[in-house]
Amino acid sequence: MIARASFLERYYLSRTGVVGLIILMLVIVMAVFGPILYPVDPWEMVARPLQWPSLGSENPLGSDVLGRDVLSGLVNGARVSLIIGISATAAAVTIGVTIGALAGYFRGFIDDVLMRITEVFQTIPNFLFVIVLVAVFRPSVFTISTAIAVVSWPAVARLVRGQFLTLRQRAFVESCVVIGMSTPRIIFTQILPNCMAPVIVTSSIMIATAILIEAGLSFLGLGDPNVMSWGAMIGFGRQSLRTAWYLTLIPGVAIQLTVLSISFVGEALNDALNPRL
Amino acid sequence: MTKRYLVRRAGQAIVVLVLIACINFLVLNLAPGDLVDVLAGESGVGDLAYLQALREQYGLDQPLYVQLVKYLLNLVQLNLGYSFRFNLPVRDLILMRLPATLLLMFTSLGIAFLGGVAFGVAAARAPRSIRDSVISTLAMLAYSTPLFWAGLMLIILFSVKIELLPSGGMQTINGPNDPYSVVVDIARHLVLPSLTLALFYMATYTRLMRASMLDTYSMDFVRTAKAKGLTPLGIAYRHVVPNSILPLISLFGVQLGSVLGGAVVVEVVFGWPGLGTLAFDALFQRDINLLMGILFLSSVLVIVVNFAIDLLYGWLDPRIEVEA
Repeated sequence: MIARASFLERYYLSRTGVVGLIILMLVIVMAVFGPILYPVDPWEMVARPLQWPSLGSENPLGSDVLGRDVLSGLVNGARVSLIIGISATAAAVTIGVTIGALAGYFRGFIDDVLMRITEVFQTIPNFLFVIVLVAVFRPSVFTISTAIAVVSWPAVARLVRGQFLTLRQRAFVESCVVIGMSTPRIIFTQILPNCMAPVIVTSSIMIATAILIEAGLSFLGLGDPNVMSWGAMIGFGRQSLRTAWYLTLIPGVAIQLTVLSISFVGEALNDALNPRL
Repeated sequence: MTKRYLVRRAGQAIVVLVLIACINFLVLNLAPGDLVDVLAGESGVGDLAYLQALREQYGLDQPLYVQLVKYLLNLVQLNLGYSFRFNLPVRDLILMRLPATLLLMFTSLGIAFLGGVAFGVAAARAPRSIRDSVISTLAMLAYSTPLFWAGLMLIILFSVKIELLPSGGMQTINGPNDPYSVVVDIARHLVLPSLTLALFYMATYTRLMRASMLDTYSMDFVRTAKAKGLTPLGIAYRHVVPNSILPLISLFGVQLGSVLGGAVVVEVVFGWPGLGTLAFDALFQRDINLLMGILFLSSVLVIVVNFAIDLLYGWLDPRIEVEA
């Protein structure tokens, strides 16, 4: 209980962390309840094309070239961004923790092989690799999340391996070995919980990066064709950039605010979880 | 820096390259449908015997490991296959587009490096001041901005609103063609794309430079410099900056792959005729061979540059014992 209270206290020391958390909560609420509270189909033509945003009108954020509602696109896009950001990160963390833990615990030959593989995935230019994977396996929320996970796990693997290498030498782990605790139990109940703090911080940054990658993909026309996403909205809006730049501005600000808030939360978590800094 | 270390590093680099080639091959083979299916679909040929003959001609009827060995042998000779869309060998296409991308990338990285050092120094010289928090917040903002969107916003501002700079392409069509005006013309076209690409990396360099300088400030030799009465400015530029810059150079190598990826979207936004737009075209014409070629050569570029940076590192800071 004491540890928990001091963690929250340390978190609230960061002003940007609190601001980030508030914005992030708003985005999450928008993603979860938005499509229910504002049930306009983002693909349907509901207004005259290219209406500028005006409060109080039927389409508060205006309409695009095809008369589709911008606010509806924004609300539905929040869902897609968060789903892809979270699922890609969850998958990447699972792969990364597994490989990092195996390499760091067993060392030697296993470590060499796993680290060589990690190096390979770190060398291939990330975004290009994602483009190739999504293009080859056809874009969908699943393939996009998987492709992002495939390129993002090495950072976690290296981090976890480093933690395991040092923690394995510590007395509390050696005493577990001495009392005959099984290897999986040592890994899962002793070492892993002790290296979760940096993993949590890294994952928050990975969610932000995943959202940026997804935006880039759907901007290039490689998004899931069945869902409206922020990047795709910018891609559509780009054609009327000179006359109707609000179509590009609005979803871009949404991406920026979301990513910024996640980064702020990540930074505050880092300060709160590593009090020595 | 021993010869043995060099050989060892080169060996590791080659292993990584071969593994990347294998991953490429795997992805190509996991793709639904083979080359012949694509060709048949396009030309509308349905004759199974003819398709079988084609498969034999391209060696697609052979066991996978034979195909893999052939693929690797081709790569060793830098034979990346043939692009049926552009009617040119993939290698020639890539080499044609590479200079434009390299120009864009290195201009951006140059801007990012200089800007990052300048902002990092400004922030670190007065930690926790207003200047520091403004710089840190701006860096965070740049860090969170999608590159392609930043580019579009710069176009609205500088080419639509105040009509100062061209919004796309690399050269004015039918512009003057004496060498001087060509250089000026390309430079004008380069400003917006390179600034766009630089923005994100400038933010990372700023953060790293700030952190690295704060580290250096706490060292004994800085205290000595203070004790002997050097001015704060002298300490910062003579002692702290030179000793803080090294981590930025290794970040350069780490980021190269990510810069290549960033160049793709930036090139598409600005119609810059480099590898990125080539990849984009390949994507939409489903020219997977070309796409794979670009991916492979980009990986080679990353490996070569990182190798060079390793060597540079040992030369810049002889204290670093390169462990073999």
